[in-house]
Amino acid sequence: MMEKMIIGRYVPAESLVHRLDPRSKLIIIFLFVCVIFLANNFLTYVLIGIYTFLMLGLSRIPVRFLYAGLKPVLWLVLFTLLLQVFFTKEGSLLYELGPIKIYEEGVRQGIFISMRFFFLILMTSLLTLTTTPIEITDGLETLLNPLKKVRFPVHEMALMMSISLRFIPTLMQETDKIMKAQIARGVDFSSGPVKERIKAVIPLLIPLFVSSFKRAEELAIAMEARGYRGGEGRTKYRLLSWKFADTLQLIILAVLTILLILLRS
Amino acid sequence: MRESVVSLKNVSFQYEDQNRYALQNVNFDIYKGEWLAIVGHNGSGKSTTAKLLNGLQFPQQGEIMVCGIKLDEESIWEIRKKLGMVFQNPDNQFVGTTVQDDVAFGLENHGIPRDDMIFRVEDSLKKVKMDHFLNQEPHHLSGGQKQRVAIAGVLALRPSIIILDEATSMLDPKGRGEVLETVRALKEEKGLTVISITHDLEEAAKADRIIVMNQGEVYREGSPEEIFSMDDELVHLGLDIPFSIKMSNAFRAKGINLSKHYLSEEELVNELWTYHSKI
Repeated sequence: MMEKMIIGRYVPAESLVHRLDPRSKLIIIFLFVCVIFLANNFLTYVLIGIYTFLMLGLSRIPVRFLYAGLKPVLWLVLFTLLLQVFFTKEGSLLYELGPIKIYEEGVRQGIFISMRFFFLILMTSLLTLTTTPIEITDGLETLLNPLKKVRFPVHEMALMMSISLRFIPTLMQETDKIMKAQIARGVDFSSGPVKERIKAVIPLLIPLFVSSFKRAEELAIAMEARGYRGGEGRTKYRLLSWKFADTLQLIILAVLTILLILLRS
Repeated sequence: MRESVVSLKNVSFQYEDQNRYALQNVNFDIYKGEWLAIVGHNGSGKSTTAKLLNGLQFPQQGEIMVCGIKLDEESIWEIRKKLGMVFQNPDNQFVGTTVQDDVAFGLENHGIPRDDMIFRVEDSLKKVKMDHFLNQEPHHLSGGQKQRVAIAGVLALRPSIIILDEATSMLDPKGRGEVLETVRALKEEKGLTVISITHDLEEAAKADRIIVMNQGEVYREGSPEEIFSMDDELVHLGLDIPFSIKMSNAFRAKGINLSKHYLSEEELVNELWTYHSKI
């Protein structure tokens, strides 16, 4: 279980989508989230669907990973569908059973909204499935760079993010170690009433917090000793390269947007 | 006269929340190309000395010169480039998400251009034999490997002095061997000055010179042979004498006179198996 959480959701593969610049992926996802609201009839939803599945196909992510990402939110999609179906009272009456009345518009809205949800989730999980967390951090740092003018600490935020990412597995390993040490001393983490189990977590959290603070302090000293003094005058080792494929992706999205505007009712 | 690369003159230092001096009137020189071990019990001031050399703390009194530059608020960045430090905990000094990012961290801080950076990262990882792990994440590395990456990170900045601040104390014997071997080879190759701060006298036995610290003062200074002839005095200072020295002392107590103090187990074994033929 630990291992799974460590890797996060990134699935390594050699695909067109994997090779895209994280900046272009971030921009595409952001725009997609806006553009999807343009769709309001059958044809436009089909278009969005084609686009989404095309991207998924290009990413070569196995379906089971996509499904694993979808599973926790699937019930939410279903819930929105039912909510719309039962509570929209427009259009002609389709079905009636006692107090339950289902209208045509409700079914239509329900399907559309849950489709929208479905595509959004697929596209956003595509980002995390094909981009390593550190790439996302790099991408965000460069995209947010203009904010430095308004004194927003972009570099510091990015460094904080990358350090947290780097320490997640370390802290996981530590949690595991403390847990085993506590189990050896007779703490029971896995059975008993919820209240007892929550109590059992306390002897896990306290040593973890104490050591994290110690780590933070030592890390700060090590960073200083290695010459860290903020973002000023710093060069970057990681390089993002914007390629033709990135521009092409944005053009494709622009074409999609134009089509959606033309075809929407 | 040997060239002094670091010199401490009448250095005294006191932590803010303590009323005792952590260092009191400390004077010593470190010479170019030597391996100096600073040993001492916990609280003897040996780690404080390391922090002062790197400008992580400033002494209240006295003067520290590193590579001919007087250490003060303005010169610390220049000095930190010349004087690299490897710390105790392998995990808590690993900043990057992968091996190459971590080595690059120090270079990024000093504003080294990217092309040069790529070359230096690869070059220094090759020197510590970690060049096959470029994209490895820290949690997949052993403690010894992480420390070697830390050494590469220091090396990339092309320092003239490396400080090992208890850098091997959290490692298993294999990792410890790897790290010390790496540093030794680098010292030979590049003429680096190595300052190893340790409480492990076995490690110190391999140094060119040892400084024993006690209660914030330099207690004794000398070659390993001279220091280890202190015997019981060292034990009183809370330091554990290496096994080979204990053995030769025990032999001597039994009336078997070995010719001198033996610093390594190998030397002792050699002396023992040739002992009879000498009689």
